[in-house]
Amino acid sequence: MGLLSKKDAALITDPLADNNPITIQVLGICSALAITAELKASIVMSLSVLFVLGVGNVVISLMRNIIPSKIRIIVQLIVVATLVIIVDQVLKAFAYDLSKTLSVFIGLIITNCIIMGRFEAFALGNGPWRSFLDGIGNALGYAVILIIVGFFRELLGSGTLLGFKVLGDPIEKTGLYALGYENNGFMLLSPMALIVVGIIIWVQRTRNKALVED
Amino acid sequence: MGLKQNLHNLKEKYKGTKMAPAFNAIHTFLYLPNETTHGGTHIKAADDLKRTMNTVIMALVPCLLFGMFNAGYQHNAAINGFTEGMSFFSGDFWNMDNFLVGLTKILPLVIVSYLVGLVIEFIFAVIKGHEVEEGYLVTGMLVPLIVPVDLPLWMLAVAVAFGVVIGKEVFGGTGMNILNPALTIRAFLFFAYPTWMSGDKVWVHGAVEAAGTADAISGETVLGSLAQSQPISYSVSDMFFGFIPGSVGETSTLLILLGALFLIFTKIGSWRIMLSSVIGALVMGFIFNQVVDMGWVGETSKFYGLMSLDFWKHLLIGGFAFGAVYMATDPVTAAQTNKGKWIYGFLIGFISIMIRVFNPAYPEGVMLAILLMNVFAPTIDHYVVQGNVKRRLKRLKAKTA
Repeated sequence: MGLLSKKDAALITDPLADNNPITIQVLGICSALAITAELKASIVMSLSVLFVLGVGNVVISLMRNIIPSKIRIIVQLIVVATLVIIVDQVLKAFAYDLSKTLSVFIGLIITNCIIMGRFEAFALGNGPWRSFLDGIGNALGYAVILIIVGFFRELLGSGTLLGFKVLGDPIEKTGLYALGYENNGFMLLSPMALIVVGIIIWVQRTRNKALVED
Repeated sequence: MGLKQNLHNLKEKYKGTKMAPAFNAIHTFLYLPNETTHGGTHIKAADDLKRTMNTVIMALVPCLLFGMFNAGYQHNAAINGFTEGMSFFSGDFWNMDNFLVGLTKILPLVIVSYLVGLVIEFIFAVIKGHEVEEGYLVTGMLVPLIVPVDLPLWMLAVAVAFGVVIGKEVFGGTGMNILNPALTIRAFLFFAYPTWMSGDKVWVHGAVEAAGTADAISGETVLGSLAQSQPISYSVSDMFFGFIPGSVGETSTLLILLGALFLIFTKIGSWRIMLSSVIGALVMGFIFNQVVDMGWVGETSKFYGLMSLDFWKHLLIGGFAFGAVYMATDPVTAAQTNKGKWIYGFLIGFISIMIRVFNPAYPEGVMLAILLMNVFAPTIDHYVVQGNVKRRLKRLKAKTA
């Protein structure tokens, strides 16, 4: 890591594991449950959050000294809303089907606790470069969980990955389906996403006992 | 040296190591431990957890045997034609042909259920370093009784693994679970593999393979045909004796009733919960009957079939009786206070019938009703206890004032 100092590198690596926004801080759960039935949707959602959080953190950080503290939440909301609308419009223009799948959840990035949380906790008190790294780091931490959950839900729920039938064709009974395997419909329902996130939390805390609370 | 001494020696040899719980479990399951307690004061009681579990299993055995005969009977009768007006001891039902069909289908379900569940219990006991708990003994027996006969074994294995790990072990094992593990397993199967858990093809052995051919078998359950507002083709005595298609062990209301009496007599199952859930179901059924009588729901309504069913017949069809007797009374997940048990049971019955009637997509309301009330049981207990505290405080004030 010649590019970044050790302290800066930690901004990116910490949220990936031991300070993960979803599994440790338990933020941004709603979108993690709602849109992870397909891997593709998870990836697009992650990219959207990456963009919003990265740019938003920089913008807030640049303005941090001129925002009156009484109205800072409103300013933050305007910044995030602007960015989310950009993402939404881009998706509608270039990936209409996906934007249909993600429906309101792109719009709901505005209310994603991770974003407001990072604005409040980090961007308001740090320079633009460090805020940018923090935004990217947290968005990547979010992305890791979304992609893991999306991977398992799509693989076990629909037997596909990114739309490719990796386990064979369920109708023509090829591949695994020839042996009597069937897709697990429960995986496509939101409760199962919660359970998958729960299992990730369980595994993570078993590997690192320091994360266990109380 | 007998097996007992061998096991005892193994136990001594592995004492303090990680594998110890595994040997201890086998030893104490089969025999009395070699060492007895000494010194101090003791309360001597025979009703330990193993005794409790085994009593429930004994109450389930008739249902299991009946299920084997019924699986065969439904299969053979679907091919050769049903016998009208059978008495309970009819030779058309209790014969070797039926039993063998059932045995070859149901024994594997029982074996897979126990094998997967107990292996997971052993693994967790070894990892966590506690003794193997007996909780799975009953769950393992309940599970094959509440699934359709043709369920693929690997699905059962997946569901059991899920149910035991997510439904029980993550909460801390036997006695700590919020949801009834057997119903968690069934709910998992129901939502994961709905084509194998509902519809008119899965309840009779052979119906899935025969579907679409000239030998197609219709194996609609009573609930299923009622949900489509078709008349019931079974007599009341058939439904009471259990000569109807359904999950393996839940069809015979008569045997469930005997099991219930046995559980009440041995004081293992709570009569309050059983009675109040029956009352709850009857009340809800009666309300629906009244609604139909008032003419608010016409024959064209999709709810008409189930709503107009005589309210007491709800007890005979579907898994209601089985759920109320064997699942709702699970001492871990049910309400603990006496008053709480009445409320808990009543709501189970009430909600079961409501789900059954209003949601044809979930024809078996009792599973969801019990799981829902499992979640609310601690809340009910909390308010019952708080109510007691309040009343006593008031009494205290009145006395001292």
